[in-house]
Formats: sequence, C-alpha cells, structure tokens
Amino acid sequence: MSVKVLIKTSEYHDSVSLMLVARELTEFPGVEDASVVMGTEANKSLLEQAGLLTPEADATTPNDLIIAVKADNVVAEKALEEAEKILSKKSTVGGEGAEFLAKSVRGAVRSHPEANMAIISVAGRYAAEEAWEALFQGLHVLLFSDNVSLEDEIALKKFAAEHGLLLMGPGAGTAIINGVALGFANVVPAGSVGIVSAAGTGLQEVSTLLAKNGIGITQGIGTGGRDLKASVGGIMMLAGLQALQEDENTHYIVLIGKPPAPSVTQLVVDQVAKGSKPTVMCFMGGDVTVADGVKNAMAVRTLQEGGLLGAKLAGADLPDIDALIAGETADLKVQADELATTLSDGQRYLRGLFSGGTLCYESQVIWEELMSEPVLSNAPLNKAKTMEDSTRSEGHCTVDLGEEEFTVGRPHPMIDNDLRIRRIYQEAADPEVAVIMMDVVIGYGAHMDPASELGLAVQEAKAKAKAEGREVIVIASVTGTELDPQGLTRQAKALERYGLIVCPSNAAASRLAGMIVEKKAV
Amino acid sequence: MKKGKINDVFGKPLAVVNVGLESMAQAVKDQGVPTFQLDWQPPKEGVKHLRITKSGINIDEANEEVVKRIKQARPTLVDMGVAKNVIPGMHDRMILHAGPPITWERMCGPMKGAVMGALVYEGIAGNEEAAEKMAAGGEIEFSPCHHHQTVGPMAGIVSPSMPVFIVENKTYGNKAYCTQNEGLGKVLRYGGMGPDVYERLKWMEDVLYPVLKRALQSMPEGIDLKALIAQALHMGDEGHNRNRAGTSLFLRAIGPALARTNQDNEVLAKVIEFIDKNDHFFLNLSMPAGKAALEPAEGVEGSSILTVMARNGTDFGIRLSSMPDRWFIAPAGEVEGLYFPGFSAADANLDIGDSTVTETAGYGGFAMAAAPAITQFVGGTPDMAVSATLEMYEINFSEHEGFTIPVLNYRGTPLGIDVRRVMETGILPKLNTGISHKDPGVGGIGAGILRAPEKCFADAFEAFQKKYF
Repeated sequence: MSVKVLIKTSEYHDSVSLMLVARELTEFPGVEDASVVMGTEANKSLLEQAGLLTPEADATTPNDLIIAVKADNVVAEKALEEAEKILSKKSTVGGEGAEFLAKSVRGAVRSHPEANMAIISVAGRYAAEEAWEALFQGLHVLLFSDNVSLEDEIALKKFAAEHGLLLMGPGAGTAIINGVALGFANVVPAGSVGIVSAAGTGLQEVSTLLAKNGIGITQGIGTGGRDLKASVGGIMMLAGLQALQEDENTHYIVLIGKPPAPSVTQLVVDQVAKGSKPTVMCFMGGDVTVADGVKNAMAVRTLQEGGLLGAKLAGADLPDIDALIAGETADLKVQADELATTLSDGQRYLRGLFSGGTLCYESQVIWEELMSEPVLSNAPLNKAKTMEDSTRSEGHCTVDLGEEEFTVGRPHPMIDNDLRIRRIYQEAADPEVAVIMMDVVIGYGAHMDPASELGLAVQEAKAKAKAEGREVIVIASVTGTELDPQGLTRQAKALERYGLIVCPSNAAASRLAGMIVEKKAV
Repeated sequence: MKKGKINDVFGKPLAVVNVGLESMAQAVKDQGVPTFQLDWQPPKEGVKHLRITKSGINIDEANEEVVKRIKQARPTLVDMGVAKNVIPGMHDRMILHAGPPITWERMCGPMKGAVMGALVYEGIAGNEEAAEKMAAGGEIEFSPCHHHQTVGPMAGIVSPSMPVFIVENKTYGNKAYCTQNEGLGKVLRYGGMGPDVYERLKWMEDVLYPVLKRALQSMPEGIDLKALIAQALHMGDEGHNRNRAGTSLFLRAIGPALARTNQDNEVLAKVIEFIDKNDHFFLNLSMPAGKAALEPAEGVEGSSILTVMARNGTDFGIRLSSMPDRWFIAPAGEVEGLYFPGFSAADANLDIGDSTVTETAGYGGFAMAAAPAITQFVGGTPDMAVSATLEMYEINFSEHEGFTIPVLNYRGTPLGIDVRRVMETGILPKLNTGISHKDPGVGGIGAGILRAPEKCFADAFEAFQKKYF
C-alpha cells in the first residue's frame, strides 16, 4: 500500500466537482482512500490527517490541484489516470432528465402563466379535484373523464359560471375553441356560427355538416351530456349560449343535445329570447313547438336539420331545408328499393354499430318515425326500447359501442376499431340481418385510418355471407371534413371500395337503412 | 379569485395544461398549440384537498397573508451583542441548540460534542469530561434556538458569552440572533472540540466581535441583508450551501466602516482574512435574516404554511404558522453527501441544524437553480439544479419576488412550504446541508442534500385537519 500523488499546477476546479471525483476514485477497485483537492493549507492538513500528504503535495500552492490515492502501486497509477479522465470529461448529460414536468395543475400554471385551458382525462374519482384546481387557477376546463358525481358536476359548473369559465363535461370529448380542436373534433373553417352542444358527436356532426356546406364556426362549446338534466339545470348550456350571444364574431347559434328536462328547456328558450341572434335549437327528437313565439328561435329534430339550417342561415346557398331533406329522402327511397331486391327472404333486420352516441341517438329518432317496428338499443330513446343483452343483437337493434359497458379498460371505438370489427363479423353472419349501419368519425383524436380497417372487415364479412348465399348491405356515413388528417373524401372513397354504401350524413344513412328494412317488412 | 367572462378567452391564443392521457393532448399539440403535460400521479389515499375551514377561513387567503408578511420583511443587520445580554430568555446556565427540543440523553454525537466544547469555552467546565458530567447531571438548561428568536447552523450551539449578530426586521420590528460563523472542518458547530476550537472561539469573541460591532455601530442604517441575499442569488449563491458571493458582498458592505472604526491595521487585516477564508461566513447572516422574516408570519389562523423547519441531529421538526407553538417531529434523515478527504457516509451524522430556515424563507436549496457552481449536489448538471427548483414550486404556496433566479427568467424563488401541497403531491422539501461527523469532537466532514422526512408533514397535516375541519 502506498500513496501516489499527481500534481496539476495552476488548475482550478471548484471543490464540489473535486469531491465528486474523489468519491469516484474511492469507489475504484483496490483504492483504499483518495482525495482530490486544491493545495490550500487547510486541505493539506486534511490530507495529512488522512495520511495522504506526500512531500510533493506539501509543496503545492493553493492554485495547484492535488490528486492523492492510497492503494497498491499498480492500482494507484491506474486510479490517477482515471482521475485525469474524470476531470477532463465534459458533462455529457444535460439534455437527459432535464425537462421538468409539473406535477400539479397549479405547478404547471405557475411555470406557464399563459395557460388558459385544461384537458382532464384522469380517472373519474380524481377528476373533480383536478377540475377544481384548474378552475381555481383560472383555467377553462375540458373534462373528458366520466364517473364524476352529479354533485361535483353541479358545484364545479356553478363555480365556473360565476367566474366566467368554461367547465365542459364531465364526459365531454369534443370542443373547438378559437379554432383549436380539443379532444375529438374536426378541422372546420372559421365562420359565423357558434355552437353549444351537450352531445359530443352531435357537435362533430353539425360542425362538419356546416363545413360540407362551406360554413365555418366561431366556437364549439361542449357541455357534457348531463348538463341538460333538471338537476344540473343547463348551467353550461346557458353560460355558453350567453357567451355566444355576446360574442361579436358569432352571428348565428346552434344548440345541440337530447331533449332537455322541461324546466331546462324553458331556461334555454328564455335565454335565446334575450338575444337577437338567430338560434337553432337542435334537441334531437324533441318537441319543435318549444320555439314558438320566440322570433329568433327555430327548433329542429335531427342533427342534419340543425346543420343544414345553420348553414342556410349563415349564407350557404341552400333551398328550403324541409324541401331539401324531402328531395334527398325521395332519392334514398329509390336507392333503398333497389338495394332491397338484393336481399334474401329471411333477411329482415337492421343492425346499427355506432362509435358516436349522439349519432346512434339521431338514428333512433329517425327510425322511430320511419319504421313500423321498434329498434332496440343499449342507449335507447326510452327505457322500453332497451336491448336485453347489448353484446348480442336480436331483431332491429342499434348498439352504441362507445357506452361505458364497452369502454372500461379498452380504448374508445373511435380510436380502436377491434370491437366494431368483431361485431361486424357477428352481425353479417346472422342470416336474418339485412342492413348493417355504422358511423365513421374522423378528425383529431380519432383513428388515423378507420376506413381501411373497418372496410376490410366489411369486405370479408360480406364475402362470407355471399358464400352462404346472402347479400349483406352495409351503410355508413363519415363525420369529418376534407381538412381532417384522415380526409373526408379519402375515407369515403376507401369505404366504397370495400363495398360500403356511403351517405353524406348520418341522417341520410339512417333513412336509407331504415327504408331498406321497411321495404322488406312490407 | 377574480371573476371574468367566458368571452374573455375568445380570440386569445390557447395554451393547454393536459392532466391525464398524453394522447388527449397530442391532437392539440399537432395543431401547434403550446401544451404542458403534467407528470400526474393519483393523490395519496386519504389526502383530502383542504380549502375552507369549518369556521369559514379560506386557507389560501390565510396563506396569502403569511407569504405577504415574509415578502414584506426587511431583515437588517443592526448590531451585535453577547448572547446572555441580548437573546430573550438566555441565562448563564443555558445552552441553545438547533432543531426541536431535545434532552442531553437523546442528543447526537456532534451536538453533545458542541455542548461539551461550549462549556469548556465558557469556563463553566474545566474539561470535556467535566462538561459531559454537568450536561448529563442536569446542571445545564437546554433550549431550542427557535424558542429564543435565534437560529444556529449544524449543532446550533449558542452559549451565554458567545457574541451574536442582531438582525432586525425593519418592517415588523422583531429581531433574530445568530452566532458568528467559525469556518469549516473541525469547528464547534459541527461538534468539534479541542484547544484549537476554543482558541478560535475566543479570538472571535475578543477580536472579531468588537471589530465588527464597532463597524456596525458606525452604520446607522445597518446592512440590508435582504438586498445582499438577493444579489448573492444573482452571483451563484443559494444562501445555504454556497455563501461565497454573500460573504464577499458582506465584506464590501462593511469594509469602509471597518476601516474607519479600527486603529490597528494588522487586526483589521486578520479580521478580513478570517472572513475571506470562510465562504460560509454569510450563512450566519442569511439564516437570521430568514428567521427575522419568518417570525412575524407565525400565528396566522388557518394557514398551512411552515414557519419553522429545523433539525437537531436526532429529530427533524416543523411548525406551522397556524400552530406556532407545536412541533411536529420525525426522525432526522440521512444526507446524500460528498465528503472531505478521509471521510465517508459511514462517518456521517444524521441531518442537523437550523439552516433549513433558508429553505423555509424561500432560498437555500429551493433556489438551487441560482447556484450552478454547486449543482453536483443534485446530480451534476445545471439542468438538474433547475429541475430541483422547479419541483419545489409545486409544494410552495408562492414565489418570492424579492429573490429572483436569472436562469428562470428572473422568476421569484419558491416561497411558503404548504403542508397541503406536500401531502397532495407527495413531494418532500429538498434541502441542502452540511454534514457532521457522528462522533463528538471531530467536526464537519462534507455537504449534501436530502429530503425532509414525510412523517412530520403527515402529522402536521393531520393536526391541521383536526383543528380546522
């Protein structure tokens, strides 16, 4: 065992770096002790106490660096070489581990005071607290999480409304604020129509129908599906509506949702009446007389009507909406009659496979008027029409695959097509099935190429049925725009190539599907 | 919270905080919108978010009051004196120590060493053995510095005849006291004993103290310590483990007064040399500055902010503004350190000292981003130092606009450790500290960092809930 010393004259290093080098040296195999210090008197006395002070080290000045190692000769030499390497090594870390992510909403806002919106998608039982934190920090909130209690929702919304903040949700997956698509939303042009929607895919369907007619929007505010319940009282619908009424860029307003509780309907109508901007109330399947007597209010029953009427108001070159839809329906009837002839005798039933709950709902509104037999669903218009087992279809039925029963522990069907693909095979294999209808929702947040995956499955399922002597008709509509990352036309064309019939709206697709099975029923 | 209108956001550029699934923010990011992903963790089970007390106190407002008082403080070095003459409650047979209250039996090695050394230095005991007997025999009253408007680094021993700095908070009129810093290595505050230690203390009492006191007395405005700390943070100090800039600034501030009030140039030269050779001289001013700023913030009902955080080498203790007389105690932690030649972690005592008053007052380890020269303590790179400070913003209620960090775009340092945030986030305060040898008599052997122990925060949080909810 000996002490080896390396002196580097006039080489300054700060003491902490040197202690770090010393620590590495001490860990060097075979090294008993090591020290790396500047040659100050204090350091020399420390070296002496540690038995590391050699005469040459004692002769240094405070500007010299002393590297002292106690070890066998060979090891000591190696350790000194190592020490030089460590000292000359420039820090290569830097980038790694450098990015600091805030742990809390509050922390993020403190670091980024420009933040003005929070998207919250943590598990429901934590979501309310995060939403509170975001509101307290003055952020608007898109609360994507489900399973937030009604009490929390009400309290959060009251606070938000009082403080001029948006609390979109819970369960709100769609919003377009200042042209930015938040969550599931489409790339739509800027324009003069403002939307408040208690139905996520409803907002997507209406905003894309507007876009298909060359009309853009100012804002697309989501409220979450429970907002129109009597207990919540439409707090966000009313707050959003008022904001749009006061917004100078918004000239027309479309409100979307399932029919609100009567008390809420009244509140909404009253708020509409306070403004003067033409306002379309698109409460699907609801009573259209609610708008009677309010001169700037119009009530419609489908998303299609809402989108088209909004477009017409905003200047799209469209004829009378009722006549337009009647004309389209007449054409669809011809198509339906033709398609019905391809079906075998036993093929009578309609099966809907939806990823968008609102679209599933709109279809049921249309089928209820159009069809003589009831269509059951796991998300029915009324409880009497509830499917017994949503995993197995019977008769006419339509399944919202985005319902919680299907999405627990699994991605949403707008993101992941697997569930729907399995269901396509299942339905097509049923000899009583005549028509399968589905929605294909594109845009931000959605699957990057749903048409290829769904189309391929449809093609195969149809081929299998054909092999058994049946022609299964598959109808779809694409909710999206040309500017969406997936591209409306690209998706529609791909679906057609795979043998699907593609309609320009969910309503049109529903009518076509309904009229085909109705034809068979007659 | 101010009330706005939903319309206020219309037309403004969005900037999004994403809480949860990263995929939710991807689309927003793709649209070129600034998106800040949270490193979100579920809150710890059973930790409730506390906002309004049962009697209606808004905790945030109470905390706002606390940090307002700390920010308004103007700690100023006004004078010096002898401990027994100036420190409230101090007497001839009392010794003050760092951290929460502790008995002689439970004191760690370095604190025992420092107590014995102090008794010999005072002449109360003839030698260390006699001192040990006296201390163990109950002849000496031990009391925490924090109970006497005083703070002490490491063992924090203040004995009756030690000279102390007197720091006055010019805004609130309260005072804080701290001894003069002896330097590093074998020194009393690290538990060092022996003739060289006593000799140095005597010199500090007989030469250093009168020279500094005379100089200070010729400065009617005193020395604005808040300003010195603020400048030091811009010069690579964080005010706890690095005080090189602060020490230099102090010498500059007091220099002319020293020259004017001293006759003997050689004495003056020795004084300047002593201060110059001790990079930590300013620690004993940055600490009482923090104490002077924090004390007026004690006693705000409903506040969840810490006004005291201190260790005695055995226990780690904290006190809340709303419960200023109650210590919450947990075993002191092990320091992750770098060591002087000849020493290793096996020699290290547990975490000790009142110096965490600096973090409590919004600098020290919390201002790590300001001190790139000592970033090796946090893992080696300036980026990590920045991360260390950014992390501390999470658990601090506010930011000290008086103490800014250039590399963070002159953002204020994290201020006001909020026990709620600590419990909600599970992030414990990250502290800088020196390391004592565990045996009495040896002294300082290194420096490092550690986290405060969770238990005292959990206990304080529980007591806070019990009192207010």
